[in-house]
Amino acid sequence: MFGYSGKILHIDLTERKTWVEEKPEDWYKTWIGGVSMATRLCWENIKPGCDAYSPDNPVCIANGIFAGTPVPVGGKYGLASKSPQTGMIGDSLSGSWFTIALKRANWDGVVIHGASEKWVNIFIDDDRVEFRDATKLLGKGTFETEEAIRDGLADDQVRSATIGPSGENMVRFANVTNDGRQAGRTGHGAVWGSKKLKAVSVRGTHGIPVADPETLNQLAFDITKEAQGPHTSKYRLLGTSTNVLNMNKLGLLPTRNYQEGVFEDAEKVSGEYLHDHHKVKTIACAQCPIACEQMSVVKSGPWEGSMTGIEYECLFANGSNLGINDMNAVIKLISIADGSGMDAITMGLTISWAMETFEKGIFKKEDFKCKKYPEGFELKFGNGEAAVTTAELIRDREGIGKVLSEGTHVASQMIDKERGTETWKWTMQAKGLETAGYDGRGLKTFALGSAVGVRGPCHNRTAAYDPDIQGEVDRFKVDERRGELAKDTEEYAAVYDTLPLCKFIRRCFTGKADRAGAWPTIAKLINATTGWEFKYEDVDLIGVRAHTIKKAFNIREGWKREDDTIPYRWMHDPMTKGPSAGHVVSDEELEYMKDLYYTAKGWTKEGMIPKQQLIELGMPDVAEQIGV
Amino acid sequence: MPLSTSKYRYIDCDPDLCIGCQICEYVCSYSKTGEYNTYRSRIRTVRVDEVLITALACRTCENAPCVVACPQNALTQHPETGIIMVDAQKCDACAWCIEACDFGAISINPASKLAEMCDQCEELEEGPQCVKWCPKEALSLTTPDQQGQKARKAAIKSIKDEILPVIPLKETTC
Repeated sequence: MFGYSGKILHIDLTERKTWVEEKPEDWYKTWIGGVSMATRLCWENIKPGCDAYSPDNPVCIANGIFAGTPVPVGGKYGLASKSPQTGMIGDSLSGSWFTIALKRANWDGVVIHGASEKWVNIFIDDDRVEFRDATKLLGKGTFETEEAIRDGLADDQVRSATIGPSGENMVRFANVTNDGRQAGRTGHGAVWGSKKLKAVSVRGTHGIPVADPETLNQLAFDITKEAQGPHTSKYRLLGTSTNVLNMNKLGLLPTRNYQEGVFEDAEKVSGEYLHDHHKVKTIACAQCPIACEQMSVVKSGPWEGSMTGIEYECLFANGSNLGINDMNAVIKLISIADGSGMDAITMGLTISWAMETFEKGIFKKEDFKCKKYPEGFELKFGNGEAAVTTAELIRDREGIGKVLSEGTHVASQMIDKERGTETWKWTMQAKGLETAGYDGRGLKTFALGSAVGVRGPCHNRTAAYDPDIQGEVDRFKVDERRGELAKDTEEYAAVYDTLPLCKFIRRCFTGKADRAGAWPTIAKLINATTGWEFKYEDVDLIGVRAHTIKKAFNIREGWKREDDTIPYRWMHDPMTKGPSAGHVVSDEELEYMKDLYYTAKGWTKEGMIPKQQLIELGMPDVAEQIGV
Repeated sequence: MPLSTSKYRYIDCDPDLCIGCQICEYVCSYSKTGEYNTYRSRIRTVRVDEVLITALACRTCENAPCVVACPQNALTQHPETGIIMVDAQKCDACAWCIEACDFGAISINPASKLAEMCDQCEELEEGPQCVKWCPKEALSLTTPDQQGQKARKAAIKSIKDEILPVIPLKETTC
């Protein structure tokens, strides 16, 4: 078998033992890698119905086909566990060296079971596994943890996926970081924290043989060169942060906890401003010739020296969404999230929820008493120092941070129960996961994509904003095409998330990003790596299967049709300003679009998957368990 | 750290352009071993403090310290190209050359137990593969003098605004 070792490494933290599971080639042809394989491993190894923080919830890591080869942007891995935020599948992706080291250690995937009594750093040294004491790593930030492990092992080629203080404190939306990149969403860091798993480190020394290196090299070389052209210029020059002004123009830039879609100071928290005033360097993930990470620094003031990589989602969440027009505060906020290992989107949306709750008089100054401000402080929109302090309280679970570190869904339940309020009405979340930086009131296909998202409302898993923004459909109206569009865009995204390839490469195969433009070349890349004979239809099936196993996982965990929803605000509070003012997604519209979507998927009206469909997709055991 | 004063060409990396993608390591290891394994690459990317990134390979120092250090006289330097050559009969993998190199450009091959370093792909007509593949054109096969020329040009460009204020600066960063 080329492209895979055929081996999955199982590690039991409770018993401190390991075993190897061999998988047949057909299993890899079905599940491929990335989020699909990680979810499948989770399906096979979890105890259904378990609590996300229980030892029965496994950590599942899956490499991709292309990790460690010159195939551009193929250095990514999938990470899956049951999410403590949603209680459903938590599937994330992260790029860079960690996955390549794992591939070179000859493992296709790793499943970590149980929970440790003491803080542990798993060290996978080719085929040897060591349980290292992690006590000395506690309290260290993500980057420092990686460096300390490298120093301790005296090998700068050791790569680690780690949690920071947020994960140690089980902030519900803590994440896992490797090489400065995050498996960012759905709370993996909290799951690792619940297992006292501080880091997984890998040293892999083997070469990676592929079936047809000459063909693969030629394809990779051509794509690498194409990736320096106009198809990626947006990502190379400004990164995705350029979206701030674009979204503002469309009235879709979340402002002050999504109360509005235009921000009067958008210019000051835009990608352009960031580039001109704060950018230090553009860097790449391993194996990526594009390089989109805009490393940005605070040059003066109280937060001088704070530095991190910035992209659109964390920028909107901690800029316009907090009403903050000071880029120094925004960089500081994002660097707190990245350095301590938590999801910068959820952190921003949790602070914005708290700000609105404060401005509505439910939170009082004294709720924010802390060591730094013994009398408390006023958490108002636009107040950078207050937001930064709140982020630190969340990270450390200090004072009000104990509540806010649960994310908006759980935090609002706690506050509403305690104070008899309805703060849940301005939580910008569905299924427990906070929304992305595109406002569904002005993007109705995206509203549907967000509602049916298997890991919650996520811009990465559904590209349903595309037809809305490109003008393929009327973004304010609902029509019978929306079900198909939501299905097509999420299954398209799932192909990339499964190989995995970063989606920023999508136009570099032929200039066209659609299936016809990308799938034939992707099939060639797969075949040159593995020696398989994949065709267009097989590439398409990768996405269908990936999405289906994630949905199946959710169904087994108790998912119901009513879980497919969007934030209350998108359905009831129209914006008052800008090009998207006056619109909401009504209950009828949402339910109509869900009907269209389930029909397009070939599911029942209740959103269940027919047995026959699962069997045809090559998942008889899934059909047996959840098929109808 | 002493800088090379060599007249010979070597693989140079511009740290302003390098993005740390390691593609040079993939193609180097492939062209030398037939497999993708950055452990076996003769050029190495280095990243320090998150944003200090560059790639390093043999700099063909004049009077190369590795050659001087070798107790077996296994290393010699080509008089015209400056490329270090390893005598497989003599090299016993003692690693003194590694210690002598200020750039960390030498390693011992675990299979052959021989010292190895960048040879600028001299056997290939199209030259160094890392230079060919580098997506940002950060790598070049160059000499210190050519580097000096580049630096002089960069210096004058940096004061372009003062001397030619009407010409807009072209975007040159990645």
